[in-house]
Amino acid sequence: MVKCASHLVIGMKGVFKLATQNTNSFSVQKMIQEKKKKKSAGGITEKIMPYILFLTAAVSVLTTIGIVLTLIFETFLFFDAVSIKEFFTAKVWYPFSETNGSFGILPLVMGTLKVTVIAAIVAVPIGLASAIYLSEYATDSARRIIKPILEVLAGIPTIVYGFFALTFVTPILRDIIPSLEIFNALSPGIVIGIMITPMIASLSEDAMTSVPNSMREGALALGATKFEVAIKVVLPAAISGIVASIVLGISRAIGETMIVAVAGGSTPNLEWDITGSIQTMTAYIVQVSQGDVGYGTTIYYSIYAVGMTLFVFTLVMNLLAQYITRRFREEY
Amino acid sequence: METSTAAAKVVNPQEKKIVYKTSDLDLWYGDNQALKKINLDIMENEVTAIIGPSGCGKSTYIKTLNRMIELVPGVRTSGEILYRGKNILDKSYQVEELRTKVGMVFQKPNPFPKSIYENVAYGPKIHGIRDKKILDQIVEKSLRGAAIWDEVKDRLNQNAYGLSGGQQQRLCIARCLAIEPDVILMDEPTSALDPISTLKVEELVQELKKEFSIIIVTHNMQQAARISKKTAFFLNGEVVEFSETNKIFSTPADKRTEDYITGRFG
Amino acid sequence: MNLINHETVVKRMKSRLSKNSISKWIFFALTMFVLLILGILLFRIFSQGFGYLDLQFLQSLPSRKPENAGVYAALIGTIWLMAVVAPVSLLLGVGTAIYLEEYAKDNVITNFIKVNISNLAGVPSIVFGLLGLTVFVRALAFGTSVLAAGLTMSLLVLPVIIVAAQEAIRAVPNQLREASFGLGATKWQTIVRIVLPAAIPGILTGGILALSRAIGETAPLVVLGMPLFLAFLPKTLLDSITVLPLQIYNWTGRPQVEFHALAAAGIIVLLVMLIIMNSIAVLIRNKFQKRY
Repeated sequence: MVKCASHLVIGMKGVFKLATQNTNSFSVQKMIQEKKKKKSAGGITEKIMPYILFLTAAVSVLTTIGIVLTLIFETFLFFDAVSIKEFFTAKVWYPFSETNGSFGILPLVMGTLKVTVIAAIVAVPIGLASAIYLSEYATDSARRIIKPILEVLAGIPTIVYGFFALTFVTPILRDIIPSLEIFNALSPGIVIGIMITPMIASLSEDAMTSVPNSMREGALALGATKFEVAIKVVLPAAISGIVASIVLGISRAIGETMIVAVAGGSTPNLEWDITGSIQTMTAYIVQVSQGDVGYGTTIYYSIYAVGMTLFVFTLVMNLLAQYITRRFREEY
Repeated sequence: METSTAAAKVVNPQEKKIVYKTSDLDLWYGDNQALKKINLDIMENEVTAIIGPSGCGKSTYIKTLNRMIELVPGVRTSGEILYRGKNILDKSYQVEELRTKVGMVFQKPNPFPKSIYENVAYGPKIHGIRDKKILDQIVEKSLRGAAIWDEVKDRLNQNAYGLSGGQQQRLCIARCLAIEPDVILMDEPTSALDPISTLKVEELVQELKKEFSIIIVTHNMQQAARISKKTAFFLNGEVVEFSETNKIFSTPADKRTEDYITGRFG
Repeated sequence: MNLINHETVVKRMKSRLSKNSISKWIFFALTMFVLLILGILLFRIFSQGFGYLDLQFLQSLPSRKPENAGVYAALIGTIWLMAVVAPVSLLLGVGTAIYLEEYAKDNVITNFIKVNISNLAGVPSIVFGLLGLTVFVRALAFGTSVLAAGLTMSLLVLPVIIVAAQEAIRAVPNQLREASFGLGATKWQTIVRIVLPAAIPGILTGGILALSRAIGETAPLVVLGMPLFLAFLPKTLLDSITVLPLQIYNWTGRPQVEFHALAAAGIIVLLVMLIIMNSIAVLIRNKFQKRY
């Protein structure tokens, strides 16, 4: 073995010498030095690139600033025509009257609230059940099939869900509940629930799978059933991730537009009834944008005031979700 | 420590030049002092080995020699390291220039996810050499220099990840040779390799020292004994002993060196 | 003295075990329910729209008569929209990711940018529509053009691309950067020649997913005032377009059943586009899966 290796050394030596002799005609270091003298432009790229990249990173910040400023300025213009008190307390939203329109946001908030609550009632149990199934019960192969399908569900455009709500879910619900109007809160609520289920399921599943196996094994070794482990060990350990996923899902439901615009109707009202036509904040913005409302009218500015309200709602939810994950982060 | 340096000087008269002169080097990671008052003179065209137990600062030291240590956030240094007479720790010393002259071979083979050819041509290319004919020559010369040419000459355009670990490491050495460095730093270059590949790399180092000054960090004392002219023993961030390799391994001056090389700790 | 009565434990065990198996089936059934809904949705849409799906449907402009109507204008519009969104969002998104991963120091500003990006991801799409309406349509006077729509959509999908690109860049092992620096390469050379080539599959996958989100979005475009019904094709970036989701929305809003079938056919076209794009993304992901 050693002999063979020394053989190799001799061989190598020969080759190496040959190579160095052959190519002694130039020196790489010298060439590098020459090239370096010729172009100092490379140094400039090196210096500016960080700034250019910083500018691209600044675009995302500028976007946020742009959103906030846009909403604030146009909302101020709206409040020139409508008092803040009316906006927050009036019980009627009827902007389309020539003479005495009424701009009370409560009915729109009510519409959003009804849809969101229905969506949560659908999505939270199903989402959590799927998450528990995937993280605690499913075999690897089942998980490999189901998770991509959930991703597909999450990737379906909302207009498709809207179409599904109007042309499939609503007719079926009307067979069951005859008093249900064509446009109502129930059908879009259920469909939004289905839409946010994959999100809640996959985020909660992430939270549950990151619970270390040693915790499960500890409980199983005491004779606990899988169900008891899931409910009493895994769920509490992953609770912050689960709650955050629900909050994010609800935030998505609040901001959802096309499903309610297609299937919810356009009659803002303050009633608790879910079988009748409603209007959400988002659907109102769509309604105005589609019509030919003149630029600079009170109605035009009203979409920004509504947009501002919507933005604040979702921002609070998102910050809440972030706070929950950070504040109650589990240390394993 | 003083005496050992002096002894080294007597044995090796000053015909060779000093490549690296380290004086009073201190280095901190945040509040943690990793190197304490390091003083070392490294000669050209010989192999200098740095040994010591894990966490003794040997890797930190070699990474300071081409300022790779700056990639670690929160690193501070004081003292100076003269490379060919210039202080490289001076902020005005351009790191890219330093690293063009001082090549490095890392602990784990780290070829780029590119073809074998592109791996070797990378260095010359980033320094502006684009002439295909010259690049071809450089690639061949470097691969021959790293004793891997015969194994890869027929598949230069294949991905470097198809090579074995030992071949990858020799490819990394070839990549380093391609810019004809003055010094080659080797940070435990064989720790991830099997014994046969290790042997090949060691033999290669013996070849390379004819043209390059080599500084090699190793946790393998036999390796240091086999390949190096001089050896520095690091412990807790200090140089305990630095002298001729055969002296360190036969008659160490310091009790701690003796304990280490006889396997009492580390 | 026994603190635990083993008889009762054994007795209770039975009910615990049955609870266990029942709940398992409930969890399983609810998961299957979600998949079932997807099946129903797809089946409904395909059976409704398949009749209208032919070459004539793909090649015709929209019409008041359902039998003559087609998605040609919307299809071309969607492609124009992609042509704006892809370069703009990739450039901005990848630039931001490189900045955050390779250059940014760990300080207040960087932290602010990161928090900002995650918040931006949660802003409802319709609000981006309001931003686009004010900035692009009115202030910069792009009108209801491809450009205004494309820029608005680029901002909307920006967080998706940034996060994907960040992950891809982070996955490039540090050893490769070290090797490059060790040869005297500068930071930018290392990024362009080593980091980006290694991160490109991940970036492309994220980019395609972001693009598929952009071509499925409806609400922001409605707010911008993009036409739901357009009988001509765009020639420049400042021309108006309609896109598939808008066309579908338009048909869905009509009372006649024939138009609903048209909407379903339009949805099939949209879904096929999305499936193709996602398959490409999956292919890229599988082909280039972790080689270091």
